[in-house]
Amino acid sequence: MEFNSFAEFLAMGNHGFYVWLSYGLSAVVIAWNVVQPVLRRRRLIKEQAQRLRREKKHASQA
Amino acid sequence: MWQWLKQLYHRLGSPKWFYEITEKWIPWLAVLSALGCVAGLVLGLAYAPADYLQGNSFRIIYIHVPAAILAQSAFMMMAVAGAVYLIWKMKMAAWVAKVVAPIGASFCLIALFTGAIWGKPTWGTWWVWDARLTSMLLLLFLYFGVIALQQAMDSEESGYKAGAILALVGLVNIPIIKYSVEWWNTLHQPATLKLTEKPSMHPDMLIPLLIMIVTTYLFFALLVILRTRNEILWHERKRQWVKEILEN
Repeated sequence: MEFNSFAEFLAMGNHGFYVWLSYGLSAVVIAWNVVQPVLRRRRLIKEQAQRLRREKKHASQA
Repeated sequence: MWQWLKQLYHRLGSPKWFYEITEKWIPWLAVLSALGCVAGLVLGLAYAPADYLQGNSFRIIYIHVPAAILAQSAFMMMAVAGAVYLIWKMKMAAWVAKVVAPIGASFCLIALFTGAIWGKPTWGTWWVWDARLTSMLLLLFLYFGVIALQQAMDSEESGYKAGAILALVGLVNIPIIKYSVEWWNTLHQPATLKLTEKPSMHPDMLIPLLIMIVTTYLFFALLVILRTRNEILWHERKRQWVKEILEN
């Protein structure tokens, strides 16, 4: 371990701002990369399942 | 060997085969990326020794370098997939090229802003218009251009074609990025890792970097798979096998 305490780890020898800003912003971009396709998949499946049900209903009525 | 390659090509061209086989890969890729990220960051942020010149700001390397490498690899993958689409009209290749673009662009963005943040304590400035930084910014704009072309055309096919052509032309930029630190005088330090040479970095610094690079590729594979599966569901929504998935 390079640091003697957690406070020292956070401070990063006066470079804490730069190090944590880099990792913080990167984490946001990475989280977007994961969330975006997961949400799109949910929406897609919901919409297409609805469309399928609608089409079946119409087919049975006709 | 040739037969096997041909078989693999035809399988990869089948959306149904891809959708089904990647179902099993997703949890593995997710777990491995998470573990690699934790291991690489704990080793890199807490255990690696501080750089004797730069102090602790050098720890930005563990996100900056993997992101920069990935942004370039993703661009090459996008161009190759685009070429496969142009030559053989393989739909799957077009969809892969389409989904790689925003992922690659986001990693290019990470490389650029972590570089800027790293530059401030190291060079005393957020940005300089030198060859490495400018060619990397050009890569981001090339990604934006490819994304715009893919979406701007009247038909989906001509969008894919235009995007593929720009991706292939943009490939010229990749060796420029690589050699920019050697061809021109630049503030940017030369490559930390070279395939042909023994690394000059201390193993305690190097191992976390290698872990982060491998992890970034695994994570990229996961993201490409997730997005490609969405494209498959959308484009194949009228097919029987997708209907069966939707009904469950």
